[in-house]
Amino acid sequence: MDLKDIIKPENRVYAKTPVLTENVMHYCPGCSHGTVHKIIAEVIEEMGIQEKTIGISPVGCSVFAYNYVDIDWQQAAHGRAPAVATATKRLFPDKYVFTYQGDGDLASIGTAEIMHACNRGENIVVIFINNAIYGMTGGQMAPTTLIGMKTSTSPYGRSEELHGNPLKITELIAQLDGTCFVTRQSVQTAAAARKTKRAIRKAFENSGQSKGTSFVEVVSACNSGWKLSPVKANEWMVENMFPQYPLGDIKDR
Amino acid sequence: MAEHILMKGNEAIAISAIRNGCDGYFGYPITPQSEVMETLMEEKPWETTGMVVLQAESETSSINMLYGGASCGKKVMTSSSSPGLSLMCEGLSYLAGAELPCVVVNVVRGGPGLGTIQPGQGDYFQACKGGGHGDYKMVVLAPSSAQEMYDFVDLGFDLAFKYLNPVLILADGVVGQMMEKVELKPMKPRWSDEFIKSTFKWATTGKTPDRKQNVITSLALDAAVHERLNHKLQLKYKQMQQEDVRFETFMCDDAEHVIVAYGCMARICENTVELARAEGIKLGLLRPITLFPFPTEEINRLVPQLKTMMSVELSAGQMVEDVRLAVNGRVPVNFFGRLGGIVPSPEEVFEAFKKEIK
Repeated sequence: MDLKDIIKPENRVYAKTPVLTENVMHYCPGCSHGTVHKIIAEVIEEMGIQEKTIGISPVGCSVFAYNYVDIDWQQAAHGRAPAVATATKRLFPDKYVFTYQGDGDLASIGTAEIMHACNRGENIVVIFINNAIYGMTGGQMAPTTLIGMKTSTSPYGRSEELHGNPLKITELIAQLDGTCFVTRQSVQTAAAARKTKRAIRKAFENSGQSKGTSFVEVVSACNSGWKLSPVKANEWMVENMFPQYPLGDIKDR
Repeated sequence: MAEHILMKGNEAIAISAIRNGCDGYFGYPITPQSEVMETLMEEKPWETTGMVVLQAESETSSINMLYGGASCGKKVMTSSSSPGLSLMCEGLSYLAGAELPCVVVNVVRGGPGLGTIQPGQGDYFQACKGGGHGDYKMVVLAPSSAQEMYDFVDLGFDLAFKYLNPVLILADGVVGQMMEKVELKPMKPRWSDEFIKSTFKWATTGKTPDRKQNVITSLALDAAVHERLNHKLQLKYKQMQQEDVRFETFMCDDAEHVIVAYGCMARICENTVELARAEGIKLGLLRPITLFPFPTEEINRLVPQLKTMMSVELSAGQMVEDVRLAVNGRVPVNFFGRLGGIVPSPEEVFEAFKKEIK
């Protein structure tokens, strides 16, 4: 029995979704972006909505999300993705529109846009990657950076007096009447990734049912920015990020 | 017979948007142009043409809503006044960089800063010379009547989709607030999604198996690719200069002196020309309708017969720089302007003109 006999469609237990392109990802090994991209692509394939989905990519490491997920994309200015998505969804109400944003994009420069899009209850999906650092620009302090955490702009550790406190934006978002589903997940294990997939699927289904804004935070590792190995980064995330950003559904209606 | 209605310039913008197949308006209140969104909300076009009207949380947001709507191949517009336009400059640069069509109206008030809510023309530099970052241009239309406020929405969309570029209607507080008779042209229906899909192959209408994904972006990290993109944009701006310069002249055939003025100041300076003619002074008026592309060639054609030119603006002297570039030192180019929202009378302009030619 050779390899060709084994790899038959009926024997196959896994295949890369065709919604992911063949492009090699530019993300660092250990980065969570690749896993979340894959999950989104799988959900789009499973729901059969590739022709009806428009993604809005941010400024940050995932600015090139369009190179990997094979749908139509709009690349927004820093922080403005929720405004861009608002008009896209309102002008194409039968489409599935989602933003994909990092913590600097969503929780710092784009705070007004995300708050108001969620408060209006735009029927969009928001995927929020929170790795507590600016990855693309080289590891600066983010609004979600933990107290004591060293970054290139908080080299002695984030201090409450100097820099203010880590922003729990997802808890704020959950207060807004326009949101129907607000959850915080992670992807550091297969089990966690499966939970995240269920959450993202639910978010897209909510959008199809016009239930309001669905907001999925994924607490993520940036091992390059954190200056840790991929394995150590995941351990550090579980020990330090999860107490500050506890996982689970915050709102589901 | 065509229907005529007495309305404000700002109302004409709103009514024209509905009647010319606009798909979406996104705005934020600011004086002196709030009537645009107020009129749209009162008219409820979502119940008739299906046009979307949305009050955004800021001008930053409304211009980025245009980015989303324009990416879908839809006819989208916003309106604001000077401080709001400053907030939109980031978005305008992205729209130009991503080659997206849209119409933006600036009903200019006095600046800098919070300035005044009285009329001004101090945003000429911002409109014509950039405002946002990078080497980009917008087509800038300068209406001088409520009728032109109405007409330029339609013209603006035509030019925006011809060039895949933002078009700015640079009005002023006078043109926005004054009431005039406006002729309503025949209605144009909104484009269907099928038409958009088949006509604007670049638009994000949803990736179908028969085509590659569409990506709207202004990002190009490869230096050679980015330079090519910039050269392509520059060719477009050159084409605007060749094909879409618009202007009007008044009593210029035998003129020895010509005033250059746009917007409300052109209306006022028409009377100044009549005052001068009554005293036997051969004065004419050139009214640029497009501020970019600027009527450089027409000035060039006029200069040999002229003794002087004068730019008259509600600014400290902005358009005058483009007049001087066109004249290139061949005749004196004078300037008269008022600031702070003060609009000079025809007589005041005439006195200033006479002082200069003495």
